[in-house]
Amino acid sequence: MRPLLKVENLVKHYAAGRSTRSKDRLAALDGVSLSIPSGETLALVGESGSGKSTLALCIACLETPTSGSISFEGIDVATLDENQQRLFRPQIQLVFQDPASSLNPRWTALEIVSEPFLVQRRFTKPDRTVRALQLLDRVAIPRKLAGRRADELSGGQKQRLAIARALALEPKLIILDEALSALDCSVQALIANLLLELQASLGLAYLFITHDFAMAAHLADRIAVMDRGRIVESGPTENILRSPNHEATRALLAAVPRFIESPSVLVTA
Amino acid sequence: MRYLLRRTLHAVFLLFGVSLLTFLFSALTPGNYFDEMRLNPQISPESIAALHTQYQLDRPLPVRYAHWLNAVAHGELGFSFAYNSPVAPLLWVRARNTLLLTVTAALLAWLLALPLGVWSASRFGRVPDRVVSWTTATLLVIPDLVLALGLLILAVRTGWFPTGGLVSVGYEEFSPLHKLGDLALHMTLPVLALVLATLPMLVRHVRASVAEVLDAPFLRAALGHGIPHRKLLYGYALRAAANPLISLFGFSVGTLLSGSLLVEVVMSWPGLGPLLLESILARDLYVVIGGVLLSMIFLVAGNLFADVLLYWADPRIHTAVSPK
Repeated sequence: MRPLLKVENLVKHYAAGRSTRSKDRLAALDGVSLSIPSGETLALVGESGSGKSTLALCIACLETPTSGSISFEGIDVATLDENQQRLFRPQIQLVFQDPASSLNPRWTALEIVSEPFLVQRRFTKPDRTVRALQLLDRVAIPRKLAGRRADELSGGQKQRLAIARALALEPKLIILDEALSALDCSVQALIANLLLELQASLGLAYLFITHDFAMAAHLADRIAVMDRGRIVESGPTENILRSPNHEATRALLAAVPRFIESPSVLVTA
Repeated sequence: MRYLLRRTLHAVFLLFGVSLLTFLFSALTPGNYFDEMRLNPQISPESIAALHTQYQLDRPLPVRYAHWLNAVAHGELGFSFAYNSPVAPLLWVRARNTLLLTVTAALLAWLLALPLGVWSASRFGRVPDRVVSWTTATLLVIPDLVLALGLLILAVRTGWFPTGGLVSVGYEEFSPLHKLGDLALHMTLPVLALVLATLPMLVRHVRASVAEVLDAPFLRAALGHGIPHRKLLYGYALRAAANPLISLFGFSVGTLLSGSLLVEVVMSWPGLGPLLLESILARDLYVVIGGVLLSMIFLVAGNLFADVLLYWADPRIHTAVSPK
């Protein structure tokens, strides 16, 4: 079966400092290949600075890769011109780490969720409101909060709102760029379950970017481990957890806090 | 609404304070308008003393201030010794000319600064942005006076523009269209000097504020929904960056006004500038106080306007001031 998203040998260089010489360039992505089948979750795990977010931006067409290809449902994304790109964008949506800065603080919850419709010129005004309210229901935000501005909501509510906004254009893939990291543990669990529910009912695929192996294990079908711009290890979640091969994977796994059975104390291994 | 009320009250208090201080400082300077008459042997000390009494210069300061305040409350601003007429009508004509200059310059400077700053910010760090940065930096270090004199030299050498004044000789007989053209031609140089003096600061502020919000995730999200680039820049980024810029607008009115006083003197524009200079030199007390007060009113009005704009542009202020 053809995967929904296929990334091949993606390279992204950033100019380091003011120099334009090629040897001074920073390789944020150094030949990354991955694929995500429709309706599945791939967790991309890695330390900060390993290139995860750059990859997310490239896939969402918010950065232009230096070389390599990204194809979505068999369409090479790089060949799209600006107008085609605008029509294509709804297919892939992003949820960012910091819910406070990813929502326009001047707008109400309802305005934020109906904005994607407005940008894509979909529906009439009353229709947009009806659909926006349905989206709020979908992420369990009480309708009485619809008139509140984003900066009046709690962190968890903001992130639900960001998810509702990402859902608005009925994407096939949602990139969750550290989308749970800024939240409290209890809120994290609620949002994670919401994500699983939405996946089950809407058939979404997720690219779940995180440094938290525990959350990756909970959500993902497959895990890819990233280190210094490369994918060093990938496979089904259980395999990676049971027999990590690469140094970077073991280091990240060792950083997961766990309970040790016999003496009932929490230790960080 | 309480926000606006509070801002207005602030403005009134400020004006009151400024009037008191200008009155004090101008009245406490040694000498007065009639002192030079003493050098004239034809005027007797008695007639000078009589003039002092006539203009109440022999009364104590608080009494004079109270007297003046009372006059202000009745829409008068005192009496000019040099022009031998009430100050208010004298000032109004000049103030109108100054306003014509500063309002035009402010509009022009902002209309240029917004697109230039946004354009520069959207190409942050690249060649066009660096060109804008260097040009504005160069303009910033040139003093207003040098700028105005340079333009004046240009006008003298080329003869393209009149070198001073408000209108040409024979203005009254011109057709309406000709009148407008003549006025515009006379305004070109002073307005240009003012725009060149404020534009660099504005462009740099617009650039910095827009560049700061341009990386915000909510703009990325909008881009992810497929918003056109131009709409992202002007509809979203500029609005998100608006708060410091609106405050800057109020401030820019102030710098334009003080710049205008200087440019008016250099380019002999019949505004408040030359009048203030003359009356300060002649110690024409009430004209000085009136002129300063009037410029202050413009400045405060500019800031008040900015406050109103801010209130209108940012819904967060509504709740911050009066919680539901």
